[in-house]
Amino acid sequence: MTATTTQAPADKKPSGGPRKTTDRAQAERRLGIKLAAPAAIIMLLVTAYPILYAVYLSLFRYDLRVPEENAFVGLDNYILILSSGIWWQSVFATALITVVSVAIELVIGLAFALVMHRAVFGRRTVRTSILIPYGIITVIAAFAFRFAVQPDTGFIGDLNPLGGPVGSFATIILTEVWKTTPFMSLLLLAGLATVPEELQEAAKVDGATAWQRLWKITLPNMKGAILVALLFRALDAFRIFDTVYVQTAGQFNTQTISGLGYNALITRVNLGLGSAISILLFLMIIAIAFLFVKGFKTNLGAVKGDR
Amino acid sequence: MTALTLGAEKVGAGTTPARGRTTKGASRQPGSGAIWKIGTAVIVAYALFPVLWIASLSLKSTADVGDRKLIPVSPTLENYRGIFTSGEFVRPLINSIGISLITTLIAVIIAAFAAYAIARLDFPGKGLLLSGALAIAMFPPVSIIGPLFNIWRDVGLYNTWPGLILPYMTFALPLAIWTLAAFFREIPFDLEQAAQVDGATPYQAFRKVILPLALPGVFTSAIIVFIFCWNDFLFAISLTSTDAARTVPAATAFFTASSNFINPTGQIAAAAIVVTVPIILMVLVFQRRIVAGLTAGAVKG
Repeated sequence: MTATTTQAPADKKPSGGPRKTTDRAQAERRLGIKLAAPAAIIMLLVTAYPILYAVYLSLFRYDLRVPEENAFVGLDNYILILSSGIWWQSVFATALITVVSVAIELVIGLAFALVMHRAVFGRRTVRTSILIPYGIITVIAAFAFRFAVQPDTGFIGDLNPLGGPVGSFATIILTEVWKTTPFMSLLLLAGLATVPEELQEAAKVDGATAWQRLWKITLPNMKGAILVALLFRALDAFRIFDTVYVQTAGQFNTQTISGLGYNALITRVNLGLGSAISILLFLMIIAIAFLFVKGFKTNLGAVKGDR
Repeated sequence: MTALTLGAEKVGAGTTPARGRTTKGASRQPGSGAIWKIGTAVIVAYALFPVLWIASLSLKSTADVGDRKLIPVSPTLENYRGIFTSGEFVRPLINSIGISLITTLIAVIIAAFAAYAIARLDFPGKGLLLSGALAIAMFPPVSIIGPLFNIWRDVGLYNTWPGLILPYMTFALPLAIWTLAAFFREIPFDLEQAAQVDGATPYQAFRKVILPLALPGVFTSAIIVFIFCWNDFLFAISLTSTDAARTVPAATAFFTASSNFINPTGQIAAAAIVVTVPIILMVLVFQRRIVAGLTAGAVKG
């Protein structure tokens, strides 16, 4: 057994003799591990190790400005955060931005997907242009919208939405929606392609209106694609940082959890408190993912042949 | 994260039968109504308007920036001259290009090996690798910037190219592995078997038969990974402090005009156009592949 294991079959010429299937399977296993190992090791090193280190740091008073005061404090950082109004304000801001922008994206994204699915003229043009927001750097998009609404550079007059809380949230959400709807609509378009055309035809013959066909045939048949798109976008939106940083820098209670974590970690180099914030964000992301996965399970049983 | 895998695999399992049934465009009834034409026009306008607005700002002189007009009255290239002479933009541009290209190259090569193993070979830990990759893709970057900031300063990686390339790799790898695995699964299995029957080892079968077939997918995931690196902001402002490694998004956020007396808006706009045009060109040329890649990684699972 040891002999077979040490022989590396990957670079050995086939001997011509009949090989045992187990031998071959084992060679395959070893090659598989070899090929996958570099990716696994890098991902572990730069993610698993830092996250464990962050858990460790979050249990300490660890402030780089006063290193002599570093000490183990247990869960004190977490207690401090969870009892602070600033934390809950950032949770509220993050949740508000996530829910509103993902909801708008779903509606617009679905409309765009329907247009892309049906359009005959300019099909290439429309699919190319919809990729432009996806390809643009988020910071640049944030600047574009900031400049567009600021009184000294913009074109909407003296409105100055970034001067107050409602306008600030609206501008941030508008930017997020503009930038990420294309991704949503492409995922939905892929889902649309799997809706059986025969069903549409049959419904049409039976006299169903376009609106009825959308609600009774198209949407139920692409439930899986909708859930995947919502999951991807919700998790992404919950990490929002760039747009808020550029447009409001957290003013008017728009600070998000990522922004709060960044300020604690990098601006104030308070690694203990900052790590506790980032671990809490991590746990919330896992919770959201978990809820969605539960949604998948219940839905996929009901929807057959769904993407 | 096991729960997440289970869900993802179920989605994947659900997709397989549907794929065969899909007759692309064959039975589809194209809409000819005006509503679809209007819709097309709306989407194009939606996608282009902010870009045109930024382009307009970039062509305005400092005096005209506040004129609230969509079309510049007296277009000038002074903003472009400004950013290319001040150095405040040129060095970050070089950093962005270098860091993104190196990350893309390494990530796609390593991910190609892993994705091949996932799509074709049976080995222990396969499910764990896929679910782990998915979990990392969903990961909030802010959770690791603190520890990385601390470690990087100790080991001398703070404010260097490798200091950004490494964290980008972790997020680029899952992206590339999922996209590539989806593409690799579409490659006809018989060909590989035929090659192996003819005496090729699994490795030779990979290099001589599968890789040429897989290159379009490899290329697609390279574009997607490149756009990810090109876009990153949080790592770039957390793990750099000077122009030695600061990338364009970070530099733009800290931009001060080439002269202290002028408003940086025009120059930021010019910088925005310079970094956006290559992406638009890439999208124009490889539109179909990018669409396939984005949805392959996510929907086909």
